[in-house]
Amino acid sequence: MSGVMKRMGMIFRAKANKALDRAEDPRETLDYSYQKQLELLQKVRRGVADVATSRKRLELQLNQLQSQSAKLEDQGRKALALGREDLAREALSRRSSLQQQVADLQVQHQTLQGEEEKLTLASQRLQAKVDAFRTKKETIKATYTAAQAQTRIAESFSGISEEMSDVGLAIQRAEDKTAQLQARAGAIDELLASGALDDQSGLGSKDDIQAELDRLSGGNDVELELQRMKAELAGGPSAQQQAIEGGAPGAAQSQQTQHRFDKQ
Amino acid sequence: MIVRIMGEGQLKVADSHFVELNKLDDELLEEMESGDEPGFRRTLTALLDAVRRLGTPLPDAALEPSELILPAPDATLAQVREMLSDDGLIPG
Repeated sequence: MSGVMKRMGMIFRAKANKALDRAEDPRETLDYSYQKQLELLQKVRRGVADVATSRKRLELQLNQLQSQSAKLEDQGRKALALGREDLAREALSRRSSLQQQVADLQVQHQTLQGEEEKLTLASQRLQAKVDAFRTKKETIKATYTAAQAQTRIAESFSGISEEMSDVGLAIQRAEDKTAQLQARAGAIDELLASGALDDQSGLGSKDDIQAELDRLSGGNDVELELQRMKAELAGGPSAQQQAIEGGAPGAAQSQQTQHRFDKQ
Repeated sequence: MIVRIMGEGQLKVADSHFVELNKLDDELLEEMESGDEPGFRRTLTALLDAVRRLGTPLPDAALEPSELILPAPDATLAQVREMLSDDGLIPG
């Protein structure tokens, strides 16, 4: 019984031989194969570029998610200072679902980086082999008759064709992976754009917390400042502020806020 | 003998090591045929480590065919099975 590596070796060799057998004149096979190699090299380079593009896009998204997460943390802090624990809880729970997305994307990012490295090395290996093949091909064509060349061609051809099969597979897999990630990245872009990153909360707009905070702090900043001054004048420490429900009574929250009233 | 690790390149391994490597290789085939994914993963990793440890990398420009070919470290059991099937998924 032969193992996996022996069988794979045989399969690759059989593939290379089949390609050679089809040729009328083996020297033509050399030229044809060289063309194929150049095409594959182009494809590998494109593959590396695609992976790099996906990686950069992921990095951008990660930055956006991180800053979104920092903003929610600020909002949570502010809400707490205004005595609105409910708002603070909401902000922090959204933040935690964002953090999950971030952790998830970081794993994807690592995968892509690994993929990019592997393909870059594969592309260098293939380039070196293609150069060697070109030199050898010209020597064979110049030195031997078609009949004599057969063996020499077979030798160099199976070496390069094996490399091509290997790189071809790597490229296929990288393409599949990037396609999956692109789709995911697209979905995250939409989420970022719509501000609905907090699926679980069931609240449509991400600005509802900010709107509520703006409404509260409209009157409260002054009130809070007054409280702090009074405390200072009284010689006491400016204690943790208690809630002062201010603002317009029952101000309706707009559900579809298009504009953001960020104070930052 | 020349061994290719898919996605990594080729290494030259002295014939004397093949008793050890073949044992692992046979194990790998058994695990693949019985569908033992964890065992397959373990044996593949061990086999790749052994080849990397015992072999000397061939220069990139070498045009020598490999006698033996090993799947990439992250290849799944299903992928290897497919490669070993008749038409396989090996391009070109």
